[in-house]
Amino acid sequence: MKSASIAIVGAAESTGLGVIKDLSQTGIHCDAALNALADAGLKASDIDGIACAGEYPVNLAYQLGITPTWLDGTYSGGCSFMLHVRHAAAAIDSGLCSTVLITHGESGKSRIGYYMGQNLAPTSVIGQFEMPYAPFTPANLFTIPVLRYMKDYGLTHEQLAMVSVVQREWAAMNPRATFKEPISVEDVLDSKMIAYPFRILQCCLVTDGGGALILTKADRAKDFPTVPVYILGTGESCETPLISQMEDFTTSRAFRDSGKLAFESAGIQHSDVDHLMAYDAFAHLPIYALEDLGFLPRGEAATFIAERNTAPGGRLPVNTNGGGLSYMHSGMYGMYALQESVRQLRGIAPAQVRDAKISLCHGVGGFFGASGTIIMGNERPD
Amino acid sequence: MVSLSRSKPIATPETQHFWDGTREHRLLLQQCEACSHIYFPPRPFCPSCSGRSVRLIDASGRATLYSYVIGHRPAPGFEPPYSIAVVQLEEGPRMMSNIVDCPQTPDALILDMPLEVKWQALDNEITLAMFRPAGKAAL
Repeated sequence: MKSASIAIVGAAESTGLGVIKDLSQTGIHCDAALNALADAGLKASDIDGIACAGEYPVNLAYQLGITPTWLDGTYSGGCSFMLHVRHAAAAIDSGLCSTVLITHGESGKSRIGYYMGQNLAPTSVIGQFEMPYAPFTPANLFTIPVLRYMKDYGLTHEQLAMVSVVQREWAAMNPRATFKEPISVEDVLDSKMIAYPFRILQCCLVTDGGGALILTKADRAKDFPTVPVYILGTGESCETPLISQMEDFTTSRAFRDSGKLAFESAGIQHSDVDHLMAYDAFAHLPIYALEDLGFLPRGEAATFIAERNTAPGGRLPVNTNGGGLSYMHSGMYGMYALQESVRQLRGIAPAQVRDAKISLCHGVGGFFGASGTIIMGNERPD
Repeated sequence: MVSLSRSKPIATPETQHFWDGTREHRLLLQQCEACSHIYFPPRPFCPSCSGRSVRLIDASGRATLYSYVIGHRPAPGFEPPYSIAVVQLEEGPRMMSNIVDCPQTPDALILDMPLEVKWQALDNEITLAMFRPAGKAAL
């Protein structure tokens, strides 16, 4: 597929964000979908492709009155939406459909009609070989690799705390962020212990919310009311549903493989990236992403963050919405990262990065299980 | 016996031998007859070469501490603080477990420390392979 042949022409989050008491999970999907349709100036009948996770695409099509010629229910946890974007771009490019709606909705806090797509039965591989040893929460499992990283690369508790501090600075500029009050390294290290070495300010929020995207051929993009955001390159990969079975606790194979595919297909260099979204369910994730995507050599990302290179005014702005640590996190955060990349490239982000032309959005799913990477731009290469 | 309210595994045909083994205090791994790869968790084919000819081998029960967290949130069957660990078995594979018979503190849980298996029955069907610091007298 040629770089920039597909564009995002509609993008919106759910009307409410944080605590949504008047909608079920399916209802949040639909609310976000209607907002994205309005953003693009489209009607449901204009959509002929549909993708979603945490919801059955057949039900979503039915609810919204869409008659699709292409459906994708790929579930890979929080990065499902990166995979949907990649699959949708290929489907549009090959003529299976022309206009794709990708939705996310999650009643992560209120748990109204909550559904998750992963098999956690006692007969499953997780149910047999991990859940007997660990109460199944992201805080207990996603976090396990970091002590290995800390020993092997000398990462300190103070450096890890800086990830949360810097992201709160971005969140302070975002009226929709759940937490906006500044925090210090001391605040982080004094906050309640959840799963050593992670304290509550190093763990993501638990909220309700949703978002939706609409993709079509780039040739049509100028007919829409919004600034087109072109898909320059994409990648996806997976490693294991069992965090205990990762090859190496200091690096994610799925991150490396997905990132490499995205850079190769975009045909860009790391120095071309103006803005980075690095899925941050927990404070160690931006460190892994910066290294595994190839922005920094192994062991150097924490210093890079602590020296404020990813903070407001830094040379590589990261997680400019405040991230899962401060903005919102309904469980599958990838959609919100994509929404922020789109806002930055449209020039309408609350904490706008000046002259942002290329944004890389990196997602993770099922702890370190799977990964998806989307590189977007607001200029179409010749 | 640890608390009954922990999440209890249910064996499938592919994993029955493993849980039969733990009940007899045997930690069974699988080894590919074709490429000699030793692997875990169980499946009736080699994840390295796809070979279907696989034999069972008894692990020594010796391991080292690869990484862990210490859970501080109450959960059914777990009394905070509790370690959730990944141990590196002498034979190569890693597995999730809990480190027992020592304080659940960063000072007592040192990465790469030697460990040995300690069996804990959940009930008459399921026995879990826990690990404890090596060389501790049997409790």
